[in-house]
Amino acid sequence: MPTTVIEGHNISVDDEGFLTEYDQWDPVIASALAVAIGVDLTDEHWKVINFLREDFKVNGATPTLRRVSTAGGIDTKSLFALFPKKPAKKMSYIAGLPKPAGCV
Amino acid sequence: MSDMIVPSFGNDEDTGRKLAIICSKGSLDMAYPAFILGNAALGEGIAVDLFFTFWGFDIINKKTMDHLKFSPVGNTATHMPAALSPLPGVTSFATHSLKKSLTELDVPEVRDFLGLLKDSGANIWACQLSADMNHLVKEDLYEGVDAIINASAFIEMTDGAQLLFI
Repeated sequence: MPTTVIEGHNISVDDEGFLTEYDQWDPVIASALAVAIGVDLTDEHWKVINFLREDFKVNGATPTLRRVSTAGGIDTKSLFALFPKKPAKKMSYIAGLPKPAGCV
Repeated sequence: MSDMIVPSFGNDEDTGRKLAIICSKGSLDMAYPAFILGNAALGEGIAVDLFFTFWGFDIINKKTMDHLKFSPVGNTATHMPAALSPLPGVTSFATHSLKKSLTELDVPEVRDFLGLLKDSGANIWACQLSADMNHLVKEDLYEGVDAIINASAFIEMTDGAQLLFI
């Protein structure tokens, strides 16, 4: 498993660069990850990221876009606006979680 | 920062990949493959156009879209004795169990799923000939339908797209 240096810390990631250790993430890391993929974090982004972190902690899986909209209350249109083109992958990357495994 | 491994989300290149899905069947089990694949493509930043034609019209007809059925008749994959599948009640039972399995997985119902596809940026087209055959106008169709268009218009607008016929 590779490691990468983010904000001066050694962070475990998978081959693509997604964080693999839940506890190595913090908001400073998130900001660096967002910058790396060209996303400017706003309060709306943080709402999504915080929901992902909480939901993963409870359910052990990254929520899908559908779940972020039904359980997290952030509609699909907004998710596509906040994380353009590949919202599911981008939001989980910034939240330091694996890509969602669910299809819907 | 130069040490960081960063996933490629294809930000810089616009691949122009497009997916065109033709939905020609109106049963519940034929609606979902189109929805799920279309939804997956949209989530990958791929442009999606859905074209509803012939029996597929039931999926976007306001009167029928909430009552699509799944029939095990002629479907060997249900592993049900062939003689039983046409019996009264079997279709409604099979429809009910399919819907239940989908709901348990938080897969939306037909109308909601179309809404989800729209919100994710899909274009939804209705076939002109099917509309004429069924004496339907745009007002009879699901509100997310972009327009009723003819087959050549659809072929033209999906130039270069990958195509799925369901």
